[in-house]
Amino acid sequence: MAEVILHNVTKSYGPQTALSGVSMTIADGAFVVLLGPTGAGKTTTLRMVSGLDTPDQGDISINGQSTKGLTPAQRNVAMVFQQYSLYPHLTVRENMEFPLKSPLLRTPRAEITRKVAEVAEILQISHKLDNKATALSGGEMQRVSIGRALVRNPAVYLMDEPLSSLDAKLRADLRVELKNIQSNLGATFLYVTHDQIEAMTMATHVGVLDHGKLVQFGTPREIYEQPVSIYAAGRLGQPHINILPADLFGPAPSNATHIGLRPEHIQQGEGQDALVKRIEHLGDQTRLHLSFKNHDLTTVTDAHTALRAGDILRIQPQRPFYFDANGTRI
Amino acid sequence: MSYSITEPSNRQKWIAGGLVIAYAILTLLPLAWIIATGFKTPADAIAYPPKVLFTPSLEGYVNLFTSRSRVTPEDLAALGPPTTWYDEIVRQYGMVITGASRYGERFLNSVIIGFGSTFLSVFLGTIAAYAFSRFKVPLKDDLLFFILSTRMMPPIAVAIPIFLMYRQLGLSDTHLGMILLYTAVNLSLSVWLLKGFIDEIPIEYEEAALIDGYTRFQAFYKVVLPQAATGIASTAIFCLIFAWNEYAFAVLLTSGTAQTAPPFIPTIIGAGGKDWPAVAAGATLFLLPIMVFTILLRKHLLRGITFGAVRK
Repeated sequence: MAEVILHNVTKSYGPQTALSGVSMTIADGAFVVLLGPTGAGKTTTLRMVSGLDTPDQGDISINGQSTKGLTPAQRNVAMVFQQYSLYPHLTVRENMEFPLKSPLLRTPRAEITRKVAEVAEILQISHKLDNKATALSGGEMQRVSIGRALVRNPAVYLMDEPLSSLDAKLRADLRVELKNIQSNLGATFLYVTHDQIEAMTMATHVGVLDHGKLVQFGTPREIYEQPVSIYAAGRLGQPHINILPADLFGPAPSNATHIGLRPEHIQQGEGQDALVKRIEHLGDQTRLHLSFKNHDLTTVTDAHTALRAGDILRIQPQRPFYFDANGTRI
Repeated sequence: MSYSITEPSNRQKWIAGGLVIAYAILTLLPLAWIIATGFKTPADAIAYPPKVLFTPSLEGYVNLFTSRSRVTPEDLAALGPPTTWYDEIVRQYGMVITGASRYGERFLNSVIIGFGSTFLSVFLGTIAAYAFSRFKVPLKDDLLFFILSTRMMPPIAVAIPIFLMYRQLGLSDTHLGMILLYTAVNLSLSVWLLKGFIDEIPIEYEEAALIDGYTRFQAFYKVVLPQAATGIASTAIFCLIFAWNEYAFAVLLTSGTAQTAPPFIPTIIGAGGKDWPAVAAGATLFLLPIMVFTILLRKHLLRGITFGAVRK
C-alpha cells in the first residue's frame, strides 16, 4: 500500500485538454473518489496513475518514487476498467489468475487457488469460475473485472465506475464489501463514480474535477457542507441543490448573484408562500416540487405529509450558500 | 428486396438444397475426373466415350514414382519372374523399373517452399500488422499504401528483373530464393488481412494485461495472439494456396534442386508417351496437403472470411 502524489499533472489529447495542473495527495490508505461529469478528466487521471498514459507535464509519485519512465507493470497498480476488458479467450478463473501468474508476481500455485477462491466468494461468482468470460452477464463481467484487481495486493487500486452495471441490491452489497476490503487491508483506492451514495459512504476524500481542473478536494462532508462553487455544490446532493437568484428571499451579500439551497435546508411553515406543484412519495422521504416567485425548487419533507399538489406552503432559507457571478462561493 | 423472417417452406428448402448440390457437383466434377483418371490404365484414360466405370489400376501411381526403360522381350524373359506387384505392372508393357522418379523430391520442395513462405509471411505479417494497428508509425498510411501497391500489378510483370537479380545473387533455383519470393508476394496480403483482424481486437485487453503485470510483448503473445488465431489461420490458408499453386515463377526460376511440383507434373507427359494417369496421379497427390490443411482450419477459415459480419 502506498501514498500517491500527483504534482501539477497536465495532459492533452490533440487540441483537447484532458487535465490541467492537477495536484492531489492520495494518502496511504485513503479512499479517494473522483467526481465530475463525462469529460472532466476522471478516467484520464486513473490512466495517468496506472501508466497507460503519461502526463505531458508534471509528475506522479507512488510511495515517494517518481513514476517517470515506469511501465504499468513496474508501478504495481491494479485497475478495474469501465468496459470490464475481460480476456475473452480465458475462463473466469483464468481471468482472475492472470495477474497472479504474471512475471511481476509469480505467485505459487496453491496461493493462486486460495486467493481466487476467496475473492470469488466475496464477489459471489464462485459458481461461475469455470465459465468462459464471454458467457457472463454484464454484472457478472464487472464483478470478475473487480476480482481480477482484488486478487492482487498492489500499491494502489484504480477503479473506473466498477459498480455501474450491477443491480441495486448487489451494488449495495459490494459497496460494503469494497469498503471493508479497503479498511481491512488499509489499501489506497482511487475511485471514479457517478453514484452519490458511493461517494458519500465509501470516500475518505472526494476530488471534484471540472474540465480537467481539480476544483475541490476534501472529505465528503466538506464537499457537501462547504462547496467552493456552484459546480462543486452540484456534484453531491440528491435531490440536486437549488440554485436561485441571490435576492429571491430577501437581502443578500452585495456581490452575491446566486443563492444555493440544499433541499433539506429549506425550512417549512415560516417565511413566504410557495405553491406545491407535485409530490413524490419515495417511501422513506417525500419530495416536494415547489414554485416560488416563478422559480422551481425542490425540497424534502416528512414521509407521511398531508400536503397535496396545489397547496400553499410557507418556506424560508436555512443555512444558504451564496455564490458570486463566477459561481464561486462567498 | 425484402427479407422474409418466416421459416422457408419445404418446397423452398428442396429447391435451395437442389441448387447447392448441383453447384457442388459442377465444381467437384473436374476433381472427380482427375482422381478417377489417376486410377485408370492409359488406354482407359483416353477411351471415348469416357469410361465412368472401370477396373481401377495403380499403373498411374507406379509410373509417377518410377523411371522405367524399355527392354527387348528376350532380356525381359532372362530377368526371371517379377518380384513385386509394381514390377509386374511395368513388365506388361515390356519395361523394367530403373529407379525412383523425381516426383518425391519435387513434392518435398513444394512442401518446404510452400509452408516455409507461409510461415514467414504470416509471422512477419502479424508483427507488422500489430505495429501498424497499435503504434504511431510515421507515414503510416503511406507505408500501408506502399505495401498494398505491390499487389497492384501481376507479380509476373517483374519476372525478368527478378530473374536477373536472382542470378546475380545466387538465389536462382534455391529453396531460400523461392521462399523469399513467395513471402514478398504474400506479405502485402498478409499485413492487410491481419491488420484488419488486429484492429478488431479492442486495445483494452492489452491495457488490462499491462496493468496485470505483463510487458507489452507478453501482452501481445498472451492476449492478442490467441484472439487473432482466426485471422492468422485464414491468412495462412490464403498464403499457402498461393505459394503452393504458383507456377510461372517456379518454371522461370527453378530447374534442378528447388523445382516445385507444379512445373514438374507436366513434364511427366513427355516420358514415354502421353501418360495421363501418371499426370492425374501427380495432380491428385498434389491436391492433398492443401485439402488437409484447409479441412483442419475450416472453422477458422469460415469465420475468417465472414469476419466482421458474424462477430458478436
